[in-house]
Amino acid sequence: MGEMEELRKEAESLKDQITAARKTVQDTTLQEAAAGITAVGRVQLKTRKTLRGHLAKIYAMHWGADSTLCVSASQDGKLIVWDSITTNKVNAIPLKSSWVMTCAYAPSGNLVACGGLDNMCSIYNLKGKDGNVKVMRELAAHTGYLSCCRFLSDTEIITSSGDCTCVLWDIETGTEKTIFAGHLGDCMSLAVSPDFKFFISGACDFTAKLWDIREAQCRQTFSGHESDINAIGFFPNGNAVITGSDDATCKLYDLRADQELNTYQDSSIMCGVTSLAPSVSGRLLLAGYDDFNVNIWDTLKSERVGVLAGHDNRVSCIGVSSDGMACCTGSWDSFLKIWN
Amino acid sequence: MAEAQQQQQQQPEEEEEEEEEEQQSPVEATETDEGSEEPQKSVHKTPTRPLLSMRSMSIVDPDDDSPNMIVYRKIEDIVTLIQDETEGVPIRTVKSFMTKIPSVVTGTDIVQWLMKNLSIEDPAEAMHVGSLIAAQGYFFPISDHVLSLKDDGAFYRFQAPYFWPSNCWEPENTDYAIYLCKRTMQNKTRLELADYEAENLARLQRAFARKWEFIYMQAEAQVKIDRKKDKTERKILDSQERAFWDVHRPVPGCVNTTEMDIRKCRRMKNPHRVKKSVYGLAEEGTPSQSPIHTPLHHCRKGTKEDVEKEILFLNTQLDRHRMKMSKVAESLISYSEQYMDYDQFVTVQEPSNPWTSDDPSLWDLEASKEPSQQRVKKWGFSLEEALKDPAGRELFLKFLESEFSSENLRFWLAVQALKRMPQQEVAQRAQEIWAEFLAEGAPSSINLDSHSYERTSQNLKDPGRYSYEDAQDHIYKLMKSDSYTRFLRSSLYQDLLRKKVCPETEQGRRTSLEKFTRSVGKSLTGKRLTGLMQSS
Repeated sequence: MGEMEELRKEAESLKDQITAARKTVQDTTLQEAAAGITAVGRVQLKTRKTLRGHLAKIYAMHWGADSTLCVSASQDGKLIVWDSITTNKVNAIPLKSSWVMTCAYAPSGNLVACGGLDNMCSIYNLKGKDGNVKVMRELAAHTGYLSCCRFLSDTEIITSSGDCTCVLWDIETGTEKTIFAGHLGDCMSLAVSPDFKFFISGACDFTAKLWDIREAQCRQTFSGHESDINAIGFFPNGNAVITGSDDATCKLYDLRADQELNTYQDSSIMCGVTSLAPSVSGRLLLAGYDDFNVNIWDTLKSERVGVLAGHDNRVSCIGVSSDGMACCTGSWDSFLKIWN
Repeated sequence: MAEAQQQQQQQPEEEEEEEEEEQQSPVEATETDEGSEEPQKSVHKTPTRPLLSMRSMSIVDPDDDSPNMIVYRKIEDIVTLIQDETEGVPIRTVKSFMTKIPSVVTGTDIVQWLMKNLSIEDPAEAMHVGSLIAAQGYFFPISDHVLSLKDDGAFYRFQAPYFWPSNCWEPENTDYAIYLCKRTMQNKTRLELADYEAENLARLQRAFARKWEFIYMQAEAQVKIDRKKDKTERKILDSQERAFWDVHRPVPGCVNTTEMDIRKCRRMKNPHRVKKSVYGLAEEGTPSQSPIHTPLHHCRKGTKEDVEKEILFLNTQLDRHRMKMSKVAESLISYSEQYMDYDQFVTVQEPSNPWTSDDPSLWDLEASKEPSQQRVKKWGFSLEEALKDPAGRELFLKFLESEFSSENLRFWLAVQALKRMPQQEVAQRAQEIWAEFLAEGAPSSINLDSHSYERTSQNLKDPGRYSYEDAQDHIYKLMKSDSYTRFLRSSLYQDLLRKKVCPETEQGRRTSLEKFTRSVGKSLTGKRLTGLMQSS
């Protein structure tokens, strides 16, 4: 046991040294640097559309690469592809397992994926020859629930799981290409960098990790949260990471400064963050909470600039469309709302 | 800690022995694998929550980190303080007609207190926070089953700690049946069942048909116990009990706030918890377990190997170069300032946002080959932006062709396509790319440094989607530093940038209006038609 003690001491000492090293580049704070720029003022978004059709809690949604299609997953056991402008359901896909926790839309628009308590990531082909949507692949290897998945292309997908790992899969062969292990708690969420070379994961060990996809390595780890990280995303320029946690805060970490730049919190916000999405410019952060609201933050000045109150139960997922024209929220109240 | 609560709360009577115990050890005393401390020793570390400077008064076990518990802890701190004699709201007995209403406070009082103590400026926000606390059952309107907070003179009462959600109640239907049953036994208007409760009772009677005698007897026993209590105390306890059931058996249409995210369920402190009865009934048969509870994952604790790996990783981290905060801040600020014009939530977009106006002309414009000035401007932000937009790619390619240096971009595009190809086609395509761009005497020879060239030719021995990664990076950097900057200065780009493109929609509108006027009947005269056209 003595050896363990010594090793832990060594790790702690290194962590202290890293903290000190980080301090040496703190010649200012982001808030100070942003003090001079114009405030964005109150941001008031209205519900433009309500997508009705799910019969139970919605756990996830994801926009397609074009501006109007999106996919949602609900515990009623359905994956629905919506045309969000007309509110029509383009596809309603029945799932084998109703305990679905995540869904994703491929950039090409050809495929969607989902998974959950079945520990698998199921890929569906939307553009099958006979018009029927069928399961194309079932990616099975995780030993824990599937918490999140994101396509790199029609041939590769990354998944995160309650077994504390993330995996890069080759969809054609249905095999694991790379396993990203290192987190000490359930991986809850992942996001791919704009250049598709990296991805970040947030986990129940309260840390976020940046992974190099090709080199299969963890490049950086960010800590500071006091509870599970449920949501994670890249700042649009790819140089910073935003996390949302059960500790009721969101944090902004910069990759090049290797540290936290801002925390977004308010003493009147007690519930955890379930989901987040930055606006196209990165200036605004839209975050969904367990208290049924979405709070909008000015990422640079670290102030709350708006609230979206329209759901009757927890907001479980949020996404900004690819051209930034609208934001979509999904909730345990079984509805999706489009706002701008 | 327990004392402070007892001063404030109306104590549940001794007969309900389970209650007393529960007060002291709210978390069921099953074995936990971490040998948790006694819940009483919940002396909190210095709170990071700015709200309170005092020690946490919450009865939640500090080792319990499940998300619901985290929120309960915060709420319990607030609820304890709000009932404080000096710092809190005035809790009083109100005289009303022939009766007295004990131990109440108005909605407005609570809202005002929240605004003051949580530094909330907007009363609507205070009501939102208050409704959250009410929905969890920590205080409740005395005349309504719906648990929310309104900023008015209606009366609210605080919940007894025995009934707090942090006690991990998962009350069985037998308890609920006993409760509803005993309500019908007492001849009091305030205990009359609401419609939905009557329906619930009927359903339970059918479900428990065989057990009903037992349930009835338990209900009678509870009624006897209740009768012994002081009248005022009974009023208070009855309302608290009702509020408890409003949380666990909510009014149809109301949210059940005890629901947990299934991803977090199995990490609860007490995953094998035995369901206990609110009315102290002994467990019948085997204790039931929630089907979603599974054993705690063992990957939380690090092994020796994990720590060694961590040390290696930390050493690399220590050596990494860190950019100054000022530089990093500047880069974030300038990026967002640059893109603010394109951010719908900050700047209203032209033409109108399709979701607001139901006019898809914005997207027609995007898809068209005649890009708007704003769109052309974006290509100047970075090479990434220019390449992201098909029209931008096309123009850049055109420019390069005019300089007879298009091979770099064509190579880059070919490699991008290669990465997305089906596996069977990859090897062949990779060879084709080699032949076209890199082989001796290639028709579109690109300029690679010898190092990348060597690596790439090695990769080609076993061709895959990422064989050209190095080469592509190198070529990208070349384009970025060389051709891209010249492109931005070129007349081809500058002319397009300065050109004000007339949106197609205007023409589109004119055509449809013409169609309309043509389809209108002969009864309309020419003059009136012209008038119509002018007025639009």
